[in-house]
This record gives sequence, C-alpha cells and structure tokens, in this order.
Amino acid sequence: MFQVRIHGRGGQGVVTAAELLSVAAFLEGRHAQAFPTFGSERTGAPVVSFCRIDDREIRSREPISEPDALIVQDPTLLHQVNLFEGLSPDGYMLINTTRSFDELGLGEFVKQFRHDRLLTVPAADLAREHIGRPIPNAALLGGFAALSGLITIGSVAEAIRDRFTGRMADGNVAAAEAAFDFVQTEIRDLAHA
Amino acid sequence: MLRQTEGSQAVARAVAMCRPEVICAYPISPQTHIVEALSDFVRTEELAPCEFISVESEFAAMSVAIGASATGARAYTATASQGLLYMAEALYNAAGLGLPIVMTVANRAIGAPINIWNDHSDTMSQRDSGWIQLYAETNQEALDLHIQAFKLAEALSAPVMVCMDGFILTHAYERVDLPSQEQVDAFLPPFEPRQVLDPAEPVTIGAMVGPEAFSEVKYLAHAKQMQALDLIPEIGAEFAGMFGRDSGGLLRSYRSEDAETIVVALGSVMGTIEETIDELRDEGVRIGAVAIKSFRPFPLEEVRAALGHAQRVLVLEKALAVGIGGIVSANVRMALSGIQLHGYTVIAGLGGRPIKRASLRRLFAEAIADELGPLTFLDMNWDVVQRELDRQRGGRRPGPHAENIIRDIGTVAAGSH
Repeated sequence: MFQVRIHGRGGQGVVTAAELLSVAAFLEGRHAQAFPTFGSERTGAPVVSFCRIDDREIRSREPISEPDALIVQDPTLLHQVNLFEGLSPDGYMLINTTRSFDELGLGEFVKQFRHDRLLTVPAADLAREHIGRPIPNAALLGGFAALSGLITIGSVAEAIRDRFTGRMADGNVAAAEAAFDFVQTEIRDLAHA
Repeated sequence: MLRQTEGSQAVARAVAMCRPEVICAYPISPQTHIVEALSDFVRTEELAPCEFISVESEFAAMSVAIGASATGARAYTATASQGLLYMAEALYNAAGLGLPIVMTVANRAIGAPINIWNDHSDTMSQRDSGWIQLYAETNQEALDLHIQAFKLAEALSAPVMVCMDGFILTHAYERVDLPSQEQVDAFLPPFEPRQVLDPAEPVTIGAMVGPEAFSEVKYLAHAKQMQALDLIPEIGAEFAGMFGRDSGGLLRSYRSEDAETIVVALGSVMGTIEETIDELRDEGVRIGAVAIKSFRPFPLEEVRAALGHAQRVLVLEKALAVGIGGIVSANVRMALSGIQLHGYTVIAGLGGRPIKRASLRRLFAEAIADELGPLTFLDMNWDVVQRELDRQRGGRRPGPHAENIIRDIGTVAAGSH
C-alpha cells in the first residue's frame, strides 16, 4: 500500500487533488481510496486530504499518520502545521514553492530524507501560466507522477479530463505536464550533480 | 461498470436507477452531495418522470415524502444529524402509516456542542421510530443497499433508512461497481402501493385510534419488522444472484467461527477492525468480528448464533446513551440472554474522532486480558476531562464546557481550524 497526504489551504483544490490521484490510480487498474479531513472548510484555512493506493481492496479508513509521500500545496503551512509528521526517511515530498529548501529554512531538516525524493516545484506559477489562476493541485499531481513514478502523467491527464471540460481541462492538463517535465529535469540534474 | 467515484455520487446514481417519482430534500451536511446530484439528474431529465421538491425544512421533507408515498409515488429523501431530529415526528408517522419511503441518513453527530462530523447518534436516536435501519460498511454496499431498500420497503409497506457514515463514506472516493439500468429494473419492479389516496376512490389514511385498537396497530408495525428478518436475507440472496456480489443481509461474520474474542460494530469502521483482526490473527490470537447490517429489525437469533460460542464480546459503538453507556451493546446483551461471557462496551469515534488501528490493537489486547472496564471510551483524553471537572468544582460561574475545553487544547488541536 502506498499512502499520500496532501496539505494545503481551502480553495487550492486539496480535496480534488486526492480525488484525482485516486482516479489516476484507478485508471491504471489499482484500488484507491481518497478522502479529506472533513471540517467546516473555509477559504484559506488549513486542509488535509489523503489517498491510499494498493493492488487489493483497501479496508482501513483511519487518517494517514505515516505517509509514504507528502504533497504540500502551500509552503506558508510550514510554520503552522506539523507537515512532516510521520513521513518515513524513504518518503517522498513535493512542495509548491519557487524557493529552495535552504530558502525555506528547511536545508538542515531535509538532510534526514533522501535528497532525490524531496523536491520543490513552482506549481502556482505553472498554474497561473496555464490556467490563469494560481491553483496548484493539478500541476503538483503532474510533478508527483514524475517524482514517485507511482502513476503515469497520462493517467493524471485522463483523470483531469474526467473531472473538467474545455479550457479548464486543457489548462490543468498543460500545467500538470509542465510540472511533470520540470520535476523530471530536476531529478535528472540531481542524478548528475 | 467499475467507476472511481465519491460515495454520494454512487448513491445518487443508485437511487436514480430505482426510478423515484418524488424526491424532496433540505440540504444538510454531509448528505448534501447526494440530493444535489439527484436534483441535477432531474433537471437534465436523466431521471424522469420525477419531481424534485426543495422544501423549507426537514420536517417538510418528510411530510412531503409522506404525502407523495400516500398518493402512490415512489418517494425518497436524505438527511443527517439535526435534520433527522427535526423530522422525528414525521418519521414516526411515516412508519405508523406504513409508507414505503426510502431515506439515506449520512450519519453525523448531534449537538450541542455543534459538530458536523460522523458518529451514529442521529440514527440511534430514531431506532424505535418504526423505520428499518440498514448500515453500510462501504460505498459499494451503500449503493447496493439503496436498491435493496426500495424492494424491501415496498414488499413490507414500511419505510427504510439506509445509514452510511457521513464524510467517511459520503465524501470518500473509492471503486464501485455501478449496475446497469436494465439490471435494476429487472430486480426492482414498479411500485404498487398497498394503500393509495385517490380522489376517484376516496379513503382515509391516518385515522385516530383509541385504546381499543392502538396496541394492535402498533403490534402490526412490530410484526412487519419481524417479517423483515426473513425478507432482508431473501432480498440479499436475490440481489447476490442478479448482481454477483453479497451486500446487506442481517449481519456478516469475519473470522469469528473459532474466535474467543468477537468484536461487534456497525458501518464503515468494520474495514479498520478487519485489518486489525488480520494482524492479530497472524500473531495467533483467536479474534473475529461481526458486522450488524440490520439494526432494526434487530436479528436477535442470528446475533446469538454468531456470538454465543465466544468467551468475550466487545461492542464498539459510535453513539453514547448518556446515563447508561451503550445502545448497540444493550441490544447485543439481550441476544445473549442467559449465556455467560464477558461483555464490553466501547464508545468510539464520537463527533468524528478517528478510530485508529493502533488504538484498536491496544483496546483488543486489554479486552483479551479481561482488563477492560464494562464501559470504555476509546482514546479519551482524561486530562482534559479532569481539568474541566476541577474547574467546574472550583468556583462560581466556571463557564461552558465546550468553550473551556477548546481554549485548553487550542483551536488547531480541536480540529476546528
């Protein structure tokens, strides 16, 4: 079983991201379960969503406390919520930011994790470019496909098109593909560094 | 057809395939997505003929459902929490009049303190209203139970509540197998009402009944639910034959045949319990579980047969009967009357508190060692409770519990962020 926890703020599509991830996994013939931490969702308030992916039926419904991967849609949460809680040293993490881990003040902290599994991606910028709004969720899923190899970018695109139509679908798919390319390049650079 | 979708959407599709003719609803979380989807199906005429009636309250929703059903329409509504309480009077009327209304309850806690998260306080409070209550473990089962519920309701001429855990199921995306319209049509024939208000052939429904016949009429409602004890498994078997999967029934046993310890629960927590049981079984612990699917009628004989051989029975329930403790456990104990075993009541998951595998492991270990008290509150923060008890003893006007406690533990920890 692979468990993903997504952190963001109300309005950034945190819940939708987990749902789309589950659809992408489903399209690849796997079992997937996505659910939010439910609350009185308000724009800007911290929101968490979860996605489990497995090759067999998923029965457990407890919140994910030991994620295999974290997706952080809003870096300002770093100072508000214990984002890294339960992340294993082998875990993956993708943060939506234009800054580096050092610039975020996380340079020392991230040394306990595998450096090729912790990346930043300017998802909001890519979203602004392709969708016209800084909604980073689709771009982060594209980046996550590249980072984890858990799902293909094709499935992410198909999941987006299953949910949205017209320009919304096109823009989100383009943002996801751009983030996929960005992360792939980053990983290649890291490998050669 | 396999689909990855939200529980609410899956249920809305299943309800639409049952061809309801009147849907009335008042929005309340976490039920809202279901009726929103249905209102869309009516608007686009994907579901036709059907009248969608937006009403001004839950009391009105049930009253309109009563009126629709009494005039011969297949009627559906959905609610949760305070909404269910607000329709309480009409619930008893729907049942007393024998109207085969189907309603989804997206289980949610009841205030005060106000809380939108899941537990079973709402439906448990209406367990004696005369409605049949079926509890779904998964979204697949929630979908399937709605199709069975219309058949059951109409066969008995009694209303059926399909209870699914709010948010945990209604807002979860998972894989479901959606049947085709043809399959549902073959399983569920058009509604033929046993009684109908028709201006061409006027009758009265809902006469006043005095002491001379009130007991007899009430008994007939009980007799109907006793009939349901036979019908629920029959309909479940017919469903399995046509749709190729087991869903519903009165109860379901999991690795309990040779178990010394059996955990009893209702609804979506069964999955987490089963995972925990598998871990313990791998370690050689003889533990199993029983999921109660039909809480009303309560299958006394089947529960007795499923639990009677155990050394201990732990009932894990998501509602608290203030002043005594367990509700499900009281029913389970009635089923076990005369059988000597250790019985434990565990209150868990109130107001959306997550029920975690690690906590269940600890709990089951304590039960197996017979170190549990008769009434246990899973993951209760006793420090917080004690601080508030001390404060209430401390002086004049200590203030309200809820606000005091949230101030103590902080807004983020309180989950109200």
